[in-house]
Amino acid sequence: MTEEERDQLARTWRDAPGLWGFLTTVDHKRIAARYVLTTIAMMFLAGMLALDMRLQLIKPGMERMGPQEYNESFSLHGSTMLFLVSVPVMEAMGLWLVPLMLGQRNVAFPRLSAFSYWLYLGGVLMLWVPHALGITPDLGWFEYPPLSGPAYSPGHRADIWAQMITFTEVAALAASVNLAATILKMRPPGMTLARMPLFLWAMLVASLMTILALPAVMLVTSMLIADRLVSTAFFAPVAGGDTLLFQHLFWFFGHPEVYIIFLPAVGFVSAIVPTFARRPMFGYRAMVLSIAAITVLAFGLWVHHMFAVGLPRIGNSFYTVASMAIALPASLQIFCWIATIWSGHPRFDTPMLWVAGFLATFVIGGLSGVMAASAPLDLQLTDTYFIVAHLHYVLVGGAMFPLFGALCYWYPKATGRMMSERWGKLSFWLIAGGFNLGFFPMHILGLMGMPRRVYTYPAEMGWGTLNAIASAGSAIAVLGGLLLVTNAWWSYRHGRAAGDNPWDAATLEWAAASPPPAHNIDLVPVIHDMVPLWSQRDELDAMEGLASDKREVLVTSVIDAEPLYRQHSAGPSLWPLISALAVTVLFVGSIFTPWALVWGAVPVGAALTAWFWPTRQRATSGPLGRARR
Amino acid sequence: MRKALFLLLPRSGCAGRQTPLDPASLQSGQLWSLFQVMLWVCGIAYVLVLSFLGWSIWRARHAMERASPMLNPGDRGIGRGLWGWGVLVGVGLIVLTVASFLADWSIARAERAGALDIRVTGHQWWWRIQYRDRQSGGWIETANELHLPLGRAAHVSLGSADVIHSFWVPNVAGKMDVIPGRVNSLTLTPWRVGWFRGQCAEFCGSQHAHMAFDVKVESPQGFATWLADQRKNVAAPTDPITAQGQKVVTQGPCAACHTLRGTSAQGRAGPDLTHLASRRMLAAGALPMSRGGIQGWVAQPLALKPGTSMPAVPLSSSDAKAVSAYLASLQ
Repeated sequence: MTEEERDQLARTWRDAPGLWGFLTTVDHKRIAARYVLTTIAMMFLAGMLALDMRLQLIKPGMERMGPQEYNESFSLHGSTMLFLVSVPVMEAMGLWLVPLMLGQRNVAFPRLSAFSYWLYLGGVLMLWVPHALGITPDLGWFEYPPLSGPAYSPGHRADIWAQMITFTEVAALAASVNLAATILKMRPPGMTLARMPLFLWAMLVASLMTILALPAVMLVTSMLIADRLVSTAFFAPVAGGDTLLFQHLFWFFGHPEVYIIFLPAVGFVSAIVPTFARRPMFGYRAMVLSIAAITVLAFGLWVHHMFAVGLPRIGNSFYTVASMAIALPASLQIFCWIATIWSGHPRFDTPMLWVAGFLATFVIGGLSGVMAASAPLDLQLTDTYFIVAHLHYVLVGGAMFPLFGALCYWYPKATGRMMSERWGKLSFWLIAGGFNLGFFPMHILGLMGMPRRVYTYPAEMGWGTLNAIASAGSAIAVLGGLLLVTNAWWSYRHGRAAGDNPWDAATLEWAAASPPPAHNIDLVPVIHDMVPLWSQRDELDAMEGLASDKREVLVTSVIDAEPLYRQHSAGPSLWPLISALAVTVLFVGSIFTPWALVWGAVPVGAALTAWFWPTRQRATSGPLGRARR
Repeated sequence: MRKALFLLLPRSGCAGRQTPLDPASLQSGQLWSLFQVMLWVCGIAYVLVLSFLGWSIWRARHAMERASPMLNPGDRGIGRGLWGWGVLVGVGLIVLTVASFLADWSIARAERAGALDIRVTGHQWWWRIQYRDRQSGGWIETANELHLPLGRAAHVSLGSADVIHSFWVPNVAGKMDVIPGRVNSLTLTPWRVGWFRGQCAEFCGSQHAHMAFDVKVESPQGFATWLADQRKNVAAPTDPITAQGQKVVTQGPCAACHTLRGTSAQGRAGPDLTHLASRRMLAAGALPMSRGGIQGWVAQPLALKPGTSMPAVPLSSSDAKAVSAYLASLQ
């Protein structure tokens, strides 16, 4: 590629400067960056709520928080962490990484990714602006009726919670459709499904799971709003409804959701381990089959959240078996990661420390999950601090630790600078150590009879000491978190220059510059195995033929990644933002009156029509080029 | 094993009275045995995983510079290891599943006809407890305190008057939710006498943290005596102060929500007070039973349990003393 062509390519893909560029960009990296930063801000807020709760529980009979304040805290903490942090951050990391790992210039639907972020931001505001105004949802992160129904929850708190979910679920669906289409149809020539990096497998199935699971929660929260707003009786037994319908529909989403969070983390670990163990992942086929097995099984487990509601024994037994079964593919993955480390030449830089922390911590969460999988035993464990411990071990150990490792690992690619190793290691030990100190005692507290969601407890129960230890550990972990964020912020300006491939990794994202230009990479790479940057060290094979003067991406076939055609890629546009604003008005209005659905549909329809108005030529914009060499 | 876990339970107050680790019944005994099997199997699994990880880190302890990548590692040996590990995990999961089934089956078999018939209804934030009275065909009612005879199966029907709660007394059984529109059931077969504590285990609103109840397992004779006493109507007042108290309670606002059997007070919104003072605790475990406690509760329920449905009833000082004297006499 000549210098001239390169300049033209950069110009074609560059955003407008300033605020207009910020609002109209469809650059997946910029959108993903603001997505990740927003989720980190939300994680900080949720963490502050958690510290507040831990301070309230540090000793029995504390009076600094009354029940209303405490109930709001745990509801906001759980809802923020699950709906506004865990799922969105995984999608955001996918949004940033997927095109780079595929050697492509953008995702399949660029404007849809912008829409996804704006709608997610709407969800953030939907929950936190009312909190600032004092109308915080206060019934937990899965507000069961009848408590959340019109009779026992007057006002709009429950509606705010339910509609926040709608925002985030539409955003998640948009992101998932985008990622799935990109991974299936936009791989570089030579990257057959059998040679696709495990991270992309993980993102693909997480996206497919999202598409199947999220409609259930949108449906159930809309049914709740309908019960509250227009006197339907989906969940009101006195009028012929069934409270358990809510639980079934919610958990049909809720259980896959935790795997939607966990599988991208599996992808992170599977990207980090080969790089630092200096060998390709052991057991690629076993890993892919395990990922697929987890995906399928995840949809057959939801009743294990309902073992105490009095369903027939035989039904509970089925879900016991299914819940136990999912431990098998997970355990095979654990073996494959450790075997890769064992048989390689590992170095334990910060990202690998996070992998080790993940292995040591997540397995505890998995084992407490195996205990809770037994329906009869779960009747002693569920709704106690044992389950609080379990869920944090799997979500923090199983998703957050890999996420922190991933942030450290790809930080040099995103910013062009290295994070400080020393502060990175210190923040790891503080977070991992603090977390285990804080949450392991909760297993014991649950076995000592402490139920969940209590704003205080009597001194006579003997729970004070372990609660104090739990509070201390949590504080240490938060300190480590602050250190990690400070490290990231400081290294942005003062970190050592990183170069393109500071870890000497094998996958395609490391072929781009650090940070990548708007067009990501000059030529579409052609690969022949799973470790292109190791086996084609001198120069990557590439494919010519994509235009430099218009935005184009290469579309390839699903299984074998044979090049099919050049696809025009959508450029910057304000319509995703305007559409998101219109949808926001519709969603917010519909918790006050059902007519909002009718009248709100008009601006939404207008914005979407403007967005999709055909102004550009159709696809297949020219002949395909030829692979060099 | 039980002793080791007991070291976790400090020897004070209610410690040990609300825990699945100290079973007092057939049901929680089964679950305790199951838990021990789980601990062993899961403990061994964790040690294996951590040892493998530790070994990998140990092998790498001399790595200094970044090694060049191995493009074609020979993996046959590890492949066999993967199969072996898969089989081991599979066997472990089967063992745990079978253990779980066996526990469940034993608990199911303990449900039998001729059991004591008890009805428990969850309210925000107290428990209505009713015993089937074979003699009259009706129900003997109390609140927040459940008595059980040793060695006899008690069949508890569980319902809710408002939102979802969960009935959990871990020393005696696993929990069961109480769900409006649905009747759940639990069988309790206690095998040890003593006092145990239960607590609501499903978030049910503002005072979820203060919805406890007591369970007393006693000898069959002790239980029969207690039930016979509970069957009786209110004791007649014995002095002018308690007589004044009865007058205020039955003719004042208390009667709108509370029942005192044998008087005109027949309200059903709040707990039955006929034998209030025979109970160990007040306000669903919020306070120990005492005359002062009753007086404080009646004067300021919202101060003790913010959000409670019981309103503060303004009473003159002499009425307040009379009411608390009367209620404290209701053994």
